[in-house]
Amino acid sequence: MTDITIPSAAEPVSRPISPSREVWLSLKANKGAMAGLTVIVLLILAAVFADLVAPFSYSAVFKECVTKACPPIWQEGSDSRFILGADSVGRDLLSRLIYGARYSLFIGTIVVTISLAAGILFGLLSGFFRGVVDILVMRAMDIILSVPSLLLALAIVAILGSGLLNAMIAVAITYIPHYARLARAAVLTELPKDYVTASRVAGAGTLRLMLSTVLPNCLAPLIVQATLSFSTAILDAAALGFLGYGAQAPTPEWGTMLADARTLIRSMPWVVTFPGLAILITVLAFNLLGDGLRDALDPKLKR
Amino acid sequence: MSALAAATLAPDAATSPVLEARDLQRHYRIGRGLFKQADILKAVAGASFSLTAGRTLAVVGESGCGKSTLARMVTMIERPTAGHLMIDGTDVVSADKQQLHTLRPKVQMVFQDPYGSLNPRKQVGQILSEPLEINTEKSRKERMETARAMMARVGLRPEFYTRYPHMFSGGQRQRIAIARALILNPKIVVADEPVSALDVSIRAQVLNLLADLQAEFNLAYLFISHDLSVVRHIADELMVMYLGRPVEQGPKEVIFAEPRHPYTQALLAATPSVDPKARSKRLTIKGELPSPINPPPGCAFHRRCPFATQVCSVERPALRPFSGRMVACHHAEKTI
Repeated sequence: MTDITIPSAAEPVSRPISPSREVWLSLKANKGAMAGLTVIVLLILAAVFADLVAPFSYSAVFKECVTKACPPIWQEGSDSRFILGADSVGRDLLSRLIYGARYSLFIGTIVVTISLAAGILFGLLSGFFRGVVDILVMRAMDIILSVPSLLLALAIVAILGSGLLNAMIAVAITYIPHYARLARAAVLTELPKDYVTASRVAGAGTLRLMLSTVLPNCLAPLIVQATLSFSTAILDAAALGFLGYGAQAPTPEWGTMLADARTLIRSMPWVVTFPGLAILITVLAFNLLGDGLRDALDPKLKR
Repeated sequence: MSALAAATLAPDAATSPVLEARDLQRHYRIGRGLFKQADILKAVAGASFSLTAGRTLAVVGESGCGKSTLARMVTMIERPTAGHLMIDGTDVVSADKQQLHTLRPKVQMVFQDPYGSLNPRKQVGQILSEPLEINTEKSRKERMETARAMMARVGLRPEFYTRYPHMFSGGQRQRIAIARALILNPKIVVADEPVSALDVSIRAQVLNLLADLQAEFNLAYLFISHDLSVVRHIADELMVMYLGRPVEQGPKEVIFAEPRHPYTQALLAATPSVDPKARSKRLTIKGELPSPINPPPGCAFHRRCPFATQVCSVERPALRPFSGRMVACHHAEKTI
């Protein structure tokens, strides 16, 4: 409210704020969402500049930490080079966590992109064509939903073979129904509105109606779902990694790191704690941002 | 009979109608669960009328009488179940996709609710350019020029071009909607209660704008309304509908001066009047609109009609010419 520009004579009313700016202002007022956003931005920066930020390479082995455990620096017997200590094979934990952010963000992005795109496609198809298409698509989605998601992901990985990429595809498939249902519901509420009829009267074809007229108005709940499932995607991929079906050993993926170190929970607790904390903080940050976005995008929740 | 109706509605034989509807019908199947037979709802059970360039046909009736379905058929959003609908010489009922595509720009629509009829995610400029993008070969720059010219014509300031609909008042939004309807240079504009969602102070402005544009572009209006004071102001012809059928249609002056169908009389009596003399002879009707799925036998209005006799519950009155208009009533002679 400090700098108020004086409107010109031809423009007696102050310029109304645009919708995207309104969302941003509402988001800014939400402390939790801003905290989440800050953490996410830091994570992204860490992931992008891992080569510069990380003190060592994620695969560099320090022999002195193999023979003698290197705990975090605030514990006795630590090596000042390794802030969060080193793992059982003598690799710097902090460096591995920083490189791991790359994997986690990559997993989240890919999983959300695949499931969002497929979900929107299915949702639009069943919302627009109804009838047989609707029944086929939605029942298929119900079948996917009826199987516990991690179990289904495991089954798909078992078919495709283990590995990070396959794990991502598997997790993405289990998320498609959520997006498809949301998209379909949003399409069904938008379709009877007059602006859609107006586009029809103007001669718009189905493709234009779908993508240009209706879809932009259906995005709000999908964006929220995307941010929220970003965190669950990281969690599920970590779970698959923990079970040995996701990223394979030297990869510094947080879930895999947890799994590798779980036998050491008594002798070297930090090796288990920090990857777990990293997952927790990331998931929390995305959830906070998702909640904030939902409040900002949903006019019914506006104060 | 129906051809005669069209003839009486277009007294000026020199100007041929841009739209001719004959016995237009639209039925909906209403599912009643998996194992029961679907019912048929006759939203429009047979309407004949015509539209002429530069003139306005007002369709009047209470909610549920089929006005909006009629509008949806004329704008080609829905295909008529039966009857003929000729728009500019092409029959819509038998038209193929290509013909419909060339017909679409000729009929445009202004909606009732200006808050729902504009896409909230698009700027005014995009809203106005979209019909041009779909229907013309104009370049981006030409589209923008056309849109800006149309904005100026309906009284919107040029800087509104990049604004979003939520930044406008109801009256301004309706101006945007009118600009969008006119940007394709249509011959027919269907206005579905275009002022009923607006403040009374704005109504006159929008109605005058519509009248000015009609004169300028020689438009034919199909004006749907339940507000007779608005209709009295803007209409040339009047069609009163009840339960999917026209009960009285003809020139505005004739019907307003001397309504002959009891339903028209009741409608006219229900409009508030400043003249105390006019207020005294109020005709009220009892009951509610019957279900269009299961309409009463005979005249659809007989259960609410003060003039109803035995014949009304048996035989449906046909639309017949009667002192300068068409009326569907057995007792049109006695209703005065």
